Amino acid sequence: MSIIPLFIAIPLGAAFLVSLFGRRIKILPDLLANLCTASLGILSLLSVGIVREHGMLVYKIGSWAPPVGISLVLDGLTCFMLVTVNIIAFFITLYSISYMARYTAKWKFYTLFLLMLAGMNGVIATGDIFNLYVFLEIAAIASYALVAFGIEHEELEASFKYAVMGTLASSFILLGIIFLYSYTSTLNMADMSNVLLAKGPGKIVGFVVPLFILGFGLKAAIMPFHAWLPDAHPSAPAPISAMLSGLLIKVLGIYALMRIFFNVLGVSQNTYFVLMILGVISMTLGAFLAIGQHDIKRMLAYSSVSQIGYIMLGIGIATPMAIAGALFHLFNHATFKSLLFLNSGAIEYSTGTRDLKKMGGLNSHMPVTGATSLIGSMSISGMPPLSGFWSKLIIILAAVQAEYYAMAAIAASVSIITLAYYLKLQKEAFFGTLGEGLEKVKEAPLTMKLAMIALAAICIAGGLLLLPQVFDLFINSAAKVLSAGNGYAKIVFGSIR
Amino acid sequence: MIYFLCMVLFAIGLYGVLRKRNLIKIIIGLIIIEYATHLLFILVGYRKGGRSPILAPDQEILKIVDPLPQALILTAIVIGLAVTALIVAIAMRVYDRYGTFDITKIRRLKG
Amino acid sequence: MKKTSKRGPREPGMTLIVKTITRLTVGLIFLYGVYIVVHGHLTPGGGFAGGLIIALSFIHLMLAFGKDLALKKFSKAAASIFESLGGILFLTIALLGFTGGYFFLNFIRKGRPFDLFSAGIIPLCNIAISLKVGAGLFAIFIALVFLQILKKEE
Repeated sequence: MSIIPLFIAIPLGAAFLVSLFGRRIKILPDLLANLCTASLGILSLLSVGIVREHGMLVYKIGSWAPPVGISLVLDGLTCFMLVTVNIIAFFITLYSISYMARYTAKWKFYTLFLLMLAGMNGVIATGDIFNLYVFLEIAAIASYALVAFGIEHEELEASFKYAVMGTLASSFILLGIIFLYSYTSTLNMADMSNVLLAKGPGKIVGFVVPLFILGFGLKAAIMPFHAWLPDAHPSAPAPISAMLSGLLIKVLGIYALMRIFFNVLGVSQNTYFVLMILGVISMTLGAFLAIGQHDIKRMLAYSSVSQIGYIMLGIGIATPMAIAGALFHLFNHATFKSLLFLNSGAIEYSTGTRDLKKMGGLNSHMPVTGATSLIGSMSISGMPPLSGFWSKLIIILAAVQAEYYAMAAIAASVSIITLAYYLKLQKEAFFGTLGEGLEKVKEAPLTMKLAMIALAAICIAGGLLLLPQVFDLFINSAAKVLSAGNGYAKIVFGSIR
Repeated sequence: MIYFLCMVLFAIGLYGVLRKRNLIKIIIGLIIIEYATHLLFILVGYRKGGRSPILAPDQEILKIVDPLPQALILTAIVIGLAVTALIVAIAMRVYDRYGTFDITKIRRLKG
Repeated sequence: MKKTSKRGPREPGMTLIVKTITRLTVGLIFLYGVYIVVHGHLTPGGGFAGGLIIALSFIHLMLAFGKDLALKKFSKAAASIFESLGGILFLTIALLGFTGGYFFLNFIRKGRPFDLFSAGIIPLCNIAISLKVGAGLFAIFIALVFLQILKKEE
């Protein structure tokens, strides 16, 4: 029953402990961070079972009942996101044991990392709109600092750009929250949706929706607002790139957008159409920009923009099937994009370069990295047995079903472009002749290999999520929450009593 | 009317962020944006003729302004403080590396 | 810090007038901060405002006497330790609420309103916050100033 606050309390406590003792005891940061994320992963898996049993749980902080007090909500969508975030975070901490050994202040890295994790879990679990903003800022501030972690020229520049954009986005979100509060005089999301239903949406929703699209769009790096992402994500250390690209943009951008638009505002068809158009634009342009890149991490970053487009398209179609597809793709993208960034980190760790032109033939020296990267690439470009294929298939089928034939055609063709640039990556990095000065390259250390293999296994097994029982339990229960729309409020208040 | 002025303040900050080339001026623009939103939130909670929402032992409270926005704005100010401190620190490091505050000259990254 | 170099290395800090005034006021400012923290549940203010004032008293000391003396009283390592302690204390208070069944439950007796010892865990939370804010703000200040100094020495 009371596991929900633990998702926030454990990483916060671990972060403070690391910053308190981490400087003196060298092994503590690694140990504590891994323990923390492992326990979070187990807890999040447990929460799936709890949700199946009870439906929805509302936790009253300090036993103040909502709408007065702050509430934490555990429903299908929440536990879906929690599982995604915490499991991948665990593999990333496992990876960073060896990777971060190059940097001096490892405990600082873990403190910020755990703070970011706490912020993300908070955003997911909270049922209060201002609390959502606070946790969003915690995660965002930690990520600004993490992007600048290397304090070199590029990192600082990227971090400054990212911080300015991020702060601007937060201001827009806060402005939207203020207008909503002034109209509904409540901050609890369920209560807010009730009031909006009773009073009628009025003009305020029309005013707030663009603010939220702007704010969360900047956080999620949808196409017109994507400019910071290809700078910020490659500049960070590889585990952080994986964390930012795999999880942060989804939690801060997509999840918050979905939660507010579907469950609180219940926005109109036109808004969904706008989301769909934005999704298609970012899908196409992101893919085209990715082809021209030579920096491996930059290519992956543009590919993130493109894949976020798929998710937005699924959300914009807004039929139950499309939402399920979008959520499935969100999970898949989190796994394979983290995997690919970790691969790029392993390459950088061993060869010291990120330039595709200087690589080549790495397969003979780094077999594990090569194989896992191949799986990740094929999965993201939608090769049939792998997980990426199924989620894209669902989104495209849903588009056809909703009679958006053009969108479906674009989505299918972008998938081919994706295949093209990932084949380019594979060819230039892992196949062909060995690049100059790469004769002595060694495979990455053990923990890095373990993390990559585990993520690759999830990519392969991702298709299994389509089995009816698992699908109902995991993805459909999340999609149901979203398609319930304003019914969310009724369920939340129903489960309090 | 006064809400409109808040929006003007917001727009000034936005102008500063988007148009200025100096890093410090961009940061000041961000701060102005933050303050505009905070001011707006306080104004949203204001009631005409209301007094401050503090309980006191010897007074009967008849009409007070909405205390919730004030509590929330305190949180938002703390967040603003953290963000500003971080961005200023980054800007100082940038100056350290590049020797300039002009963003048109800070262009290692392209694309 | 600029004045230091002009007046020679023997006398860091500002002039005698400033130093004397600082010596008189710094304790008062610190006490005022503490007052605001402990009365946080009764009057306006609280952990954040009080913590700011406490941090300002140290910053005041640093501006008047130069960095060495201020850092002797409150070093950078101490600042970061106190900051983490504040965070952990706050979290512990929140977790202790589990003894009553809820996270953040106000589990101590509330007492009479307007007494100094009332309102359950709120004063304790205020103290934790003030530790965090005071130490954190001072650490930010030190970090920004030191960056400047390091640059000058290069």
